[in-house]
Amino acid sequence: MAHAATHDHHDDHHGAPKNFFTRWCMSTNHKDIGTLYLVFSLTMLFIGGSFAMVIRAELFKPGMQLVQPYFFNEMTTMHALVMIFGAIMPAFVGLGNWMIPLMIGAPDMALPRMNNLSFWILPFAFTLLLSTLFLPGGGPAGGWTMYPPLSLQGDSVAYVVFAVHLMGISSIMGAINIIATILNMRAPGMDLLKMPVFVWSWLITAFLLIAVMPVLAGAVTMLLTDKYFGTSFFNAAGGGDPVLFQHIFWFFGHPEVYIMILPAFGIISEIIPTFARKPIFGYKAMVFAIASIAFLSFIVWAHHMFAVGLPLGAEIFFMYATMLIAVPTGIKVFNWVSTMWGGSMTFETPMLFAIAFVILFTIGGFSGLMLALVPADFQYHDTYFVVAHFHYVLVTGALFAIIAASYYWLPKWTGRMYSETWGKIHFWNSVIWVNVLFFPQHFLGLAGMPRRIPDYNVAFANFNMISSIGGFLFGASQLIFLGVIVHAVWFSKKKATDRVWEGAKGLEWTVPSPAPFHTFDVPPVIHDEDLAHGHVDH
Amino acid sequence: MTCGGIRPDGFKRAVPLKRAVAWTTAILASASGAAWANPEPGQLNMTRGVTEWSPTPYMLNNVVLGVCTVIGILVFGAMFIAMFRFRKSRGAVAEKWAHNTKVEIVWTTVPVLILIVLAYMGTGGLRSFADTTGSQMTVKVTGYQWKWRYDYVDYKGKAIDKVGFMSKLDSRSDETRQLNSGLDPNAVKASDGYNTYLIDVDHPLVVPVDTKIRFVITAGDVIHSWWVPQLGWKMDAIPGIVNSAWTNIREPGTYRGQCAELCGQDHGFMPIVVKALPKAEFEKWLADQQAKAAPPAPAAASTAQAPKTAQIAPAPSHQG
Ligand code: HEM
Ligand SMILES: [Cu+2]
Ligand SMILES: [Cu+2]
Repeated sequence: MAHAATHDHHDDHHGAPKNFFTRWCMSTNHKDIGTLYLVFSLTMLFIGGSFAMVIRAELFKPGMQLVQPYFFNEMTTMHALVMIFGAIMPAFVGLGNWMIPLMIGAPDMALPRMNNLSFWILPFAFTLLLSTLFLPGGGPAGGWTMYPPLSLQGDSVAYVVFAVHLMGISSIMGAINIIATILNMRAPGMDLLKMPVFVWSWLITAFLLIAVMPVLAGAVTMLLTDKYFGTSFFNAAGGGDPVLFQHIFWFFGHPEVYIMILPAFGIISEIIPTFARKPIFGYKAMVFAIASIAFLSFIVWAHHMFAVGLPLGAEIFFMYATMLIAVPTGIKVFNWVSTMWGGSMTFETPMLFAIAFVILFTIGGFSGLMLALVPADFQYHDTYFVVAHFHYVLVTGALFAIIAASYYWLPKWTGRMYSETWGKIHFWNSVIWVNVLFFPQHFLGLAGMPRRIPDYNVAFANFNMISSIGGFLFGASQLIFLGVIVHAVWFSKKKATDRVWEGAKGLEWTVPSPAPFHTFDVPPVIHDEDLAHGHVDH
Repeated sequence: MTCGGIRPDGFKRAVPLKRAVAWTTAILASASGAAWANPEPGQLNMTRGVTEWSPTPYMLNNVVLGVCTVIGILVFGAMFIAMFRFRKSRGAVAEKWAHNTKVEIVWTTVPVLILIVLAYMGTGGLRSFADTTGSQMTVKVTGYQWKWRYDYVDYKGKAIDKVGFMSKLDSRSDETRQLNSGLDPNAVKASDGYNTYLIDVDHPLVVPVDTKIRFVITAGDVIHSWWVPQLGWKMDAIPGIVNSAWTNIREPGTYRGQCAELCGQDHGFMPIVVKALPKAEFEKWLADQQAKAAPPAPAAASTAQAPKTAQIAPAPSHQG
């Protein structure tokens, strides 16, 4: 059994360096780097979250009470940039780093030194980005979408552009590493179509990253030269076109939103079979659905631009292409439900978050479908309806999947069980308050409240107050998450078994808990029944 | 029908009952699909609007919402049944199957069919929206940080000279919205008691009803978006680009909207108010404006300067 091969006796030869600096700053170990990514992401979650608290506090009631409008705009811009590039994306890279080698039976990532570099770029990128808040002129305030000419009015353009370049370099290196690892380092017998769905989802996501991060880099570079070097890419007065930026940005931006959800699909496809004690329904269909969503994500970008005055033919094309994405997305949801059907379910915290994901992400998908209908989008666009849509897919989608994954693999990482009681308290608080926070925003948008405004008519007061209360309590609930993690890492007395969950399948559960510093130094001998998808005859 | 305007005429509120009445009307209106004031406290659904085209997004919204609700009930219903029936604590034993071609074909094709119907409906609505031909009036809309400019270009085939003005946030809202102004947003009301905080302007755009009006929309500095929910659409105002859209308002009234594209610090403070008058009244208003705009002696001002007449604040210079 695979276990034997990894449970080797050389642990002291290969143990983690004792020196703190050497261990964490010079690390080439996929587990330590994974931990670094996850800790970084959690930090960013709280920084980005504190910006959100400022936003919800100002919007608590009509009238301006706390901040100047310009600062409010800095908060919305920074909140989005920090959450997208600092919290969600690094969390997935961290999970990939930790779990991909364990799941495919590889000793480490293919390019360990580059792995170190791609992580250590990030703290610098975000220091640069966040520092703008303290500089004269302030931080970026033109929205995370950075539409010119507005974004060019800011004084922080160079900082933001450079920070985005750094994040892009980091992501591209991370993606190259993941592709190289998955394609070259699988243990013998780990055929592509036996890989866990999470590994598949990351393989496809990595290709998306490599395809679109350079596009973003190009777009922001053109902003930089328009601002400082006299070019006129986006300046109509110089023969350029402001709408060109939007096309380039969303050619990156739409695949980007899928970069933030495909690994989540992978995570949910690991967790549900484990706690339903039944193999994933339609494994190949799941992989194929992820691949087709990834493909379609390249031809739908202008659904973010239905109101810029596109020609009729373009509106129709992008409407149809966008609606098409609902088909593979629907297949995924149906398959998750079918995996539960006929299973033998238990409801530990990871499963609770996974179930909430399926329902709430689907609600976000429904509003996505509504947004795809161009005439209706003429009303929805740039209102709180869109805000509700993308928070359902990103918070109750991507973030809930990340939280579910953390609970699911935490015992493997730390060797101890987290507190199930507190995990459940965290879950119920999160799931209730997140809906109090975001559901009323659908109504606000339908009633006509634009997004990105610091103050509003009293007709919008009721739902804004409800939303803010939900926001504060959802924010506070995440402190419980922090507490559960701290407890599990340092204080929990309950040892985790190697398999951790009764129904868990896959190579990661064949190594000890906590996973030793080095695993699979010798490729494991793979027995199909150890794998979740050992016998794919379908 | 009385409920055309932003504030239906015969609608009076007893002060203590204000909230309750507002909620009730909101719910009733959402149930009956009536054209209601917009926005209304507690409003739950999109407005039906007051123009020839505005029911299109409204109906589409209702249909797709209904479709999503039905699918949601089926999918989540199945999930909850699974969660109750197939629990380990009830002694459920996991089955081994992980595949079923028949149901997979069904849940791939049925959504495709539903989507085809939705796409068909969406396409029809788009075609009528895209057709700005046959308009009887043209208004040029220009977005600036942070106000709108309206220039009347032609009416019933005749060019209009020198009628144009800036339209910006009314001064009561503007004072109230200053940080810690100490003023109460609830106190900013129109004469009929409707709260106009942040959705009122000094000079509304005045237009006739039952007239196909073509808007040409652009901007002078950054991108804005011109949006009045009761007209059924928004259209970006982009410097260097001229977009066009049309409306044909069916009911006289005052319709309010806001800039819908982030345009800088006062993005939340550049509302839009459209006052739709019966044709005769509009024509009188237009004549008055033209009379005012034609100054006696040095009227040699060329047409190129036309936009520089009526009450204009100069266009702000590009804020670098
Ligand atoms: C069924 C699938 C989906 C469809 C049909 C869909 C459709 C749309 C459309 C049409 C818009 C533009 C709305 C507007 O601005 O008027 C939009 C916005 C957005 N969507 Fe989705 N979406 C889907 C899934 C997702 C997923 C999975 C994510 C991310 C995980 C996502 C994230 C976003 C974000 C972040 C925005 C707003 C971007 C911005 O303007 O700042 N969407 N979506
Ligand atoms: Cu998109
Ligand atoms: Cu504006």
